[in-house]
Amino acid sequence: MIDFGFGVNTARAINMDTNDLDTAREIFDRLPDLQACMACGSCTATCTAGAITSFNFRKVHTLVRRGEYGEAYAEMSKCMLCGKCRLVCPRGINTRGVVLLIKKKLGDY
Amino acid sequence: MKVTIIGGGVAGIQTALALKGLGHDPVIIEKEDTLGGKLRGWHRLFPVMTPARDVLEPMLKQLRDQQIEVMASTEVQAIESDGVVTSRGKVESRATVVCSGFDLFDATLKEEYGYGIYDNVITSADLEQMMNNGKIALADGTQPHRIAFLHCVGSRDEKVQQRHCSKVCCVTGVKQAIEMRRWFPHSEIYNFYMDIRMFGPGYEEMYRSAQQEHGIQFIRGRISEAAPVKGGKVQIKAEDTLVGRPLKMTVDMLVLLIGMTAGCSNSRWTECTGLSQSDSHFMRPLDMFEGNVRSELPNVFYAGTVTSPKTIGESLNEANAAAMRVAAYLETL
Repeated sequence: MIDFGFGVNTARAINMDTNDLDTAREIFDRLPDLQACMACGSCTATCTAGAITSFNFRKVHTLVRRGEYGEAYAEMSKCMLCGKCRLVCPRGINTRGVVLLIKKKLGDY
Repeated sequence: MKVTIIGGGVAGIQTALALKGLGHDPVIIEKEDTLGGKLRGWHRLFPVMTPARDVLEPMLKQLRDQQIEVMASTEVQAIESDGVVTSRGKVESRATVVCSGFDLFDATLKEEYGYGIYDNVITSADLEQMMNNGKIALADGTQPHRIAFLHCVGSRDEKVQQRHCSKVCCVTGVKQAIEMRRWFPHSEIYNFYMDIRMFGPGYEEMYRSAQQEHGIQFIRGRISEAAPVKGGKVQIKAEDTLVGRPLKMTVDMLVLLIGMTAGCSNSRWTECTGLSQSDSHFMRPLDMFEGNVRSELPNVFYAGTVTSPKTIGESLNEANAAAMRVAAYLETL
């Protein structure tokens, strides 16, 4: 096979028609306060893990809510469960509970 | 003393009631054959789902009980210093309150969303009408399963000369999303927004309950285009700006939250009197504070959405304020 140097890029769009949204729905059902997130970013701003790695809690849980589970398990594993995010969250979301639940639900991914 | 009120929506009706209470003789001039204006198009009102008729009917009853004069199906052609000229002749008065309101943004101008072209793309006003008629259904009569709301249609949009924020569409989108959840408990409901502006009492709480109790999904990003797909569905594209990736999805129904645009009669008021309009073509009040219901002319006043987008409650407040100002002005004559 001759390598002509061409590749095929996969589409970057989040496809809400083909994504499996059931797992996301199970997560909301268990922790409905996650739905109250208004994306202020306080959690990420204060995150101990985020200070030294690329971990972005807000972005990862938003992707999970859209059915994008790809790297969520590995990302959530960066969390050290220190709980500072929960202290700063203006909506009072149980952020550590979200981390643990997402890891539990996505263990298979 | 005789005061003409142009427009018989909530602002006009309340101005008339308040002026009557202050001992004056208001006359409402309404171009349609019925009073109530845009409130007639609403089913329930935010933020506590008050039936719209529960607001309008008692006001209309008071109007009848107090025998306030109403000239329906009458168009005001010009405002003059001693009254107004209408399609039925001159009405003399000592002061005029302009309560001519707003127009709904024409969603067909945003062709990229396909309103009037694709089935199942409707406006927030159409949805209220469906609820008033007691039936929400797709064009083929079936129930929607996946519903998207798009905020800011005809607001904050230079392409259609609507720079302003229409103020009430955010909360309307949240209200209607909750109503859709009640009509269709197993549906998926998404609101595409750029900013959520929950300025009023109970609005933020309503937004939170939409998220948490009603499972409405909020995606930050403006839908860039809608396209028809097989089976009458609509494919929409947006950016999920919170994760920085494009997003696409197929929905059964797309609801456009149309904004308030300046009333088409405003240019007439400007031409005949020397009053002026703001950049967004709403009438310009004397100032934004102490003179917010006064115009640049001493005998002409404003109340309601003629000067900017407002809620029902704010329009009612302005009506009361305008009546007080008119009464104070009449004292000086």
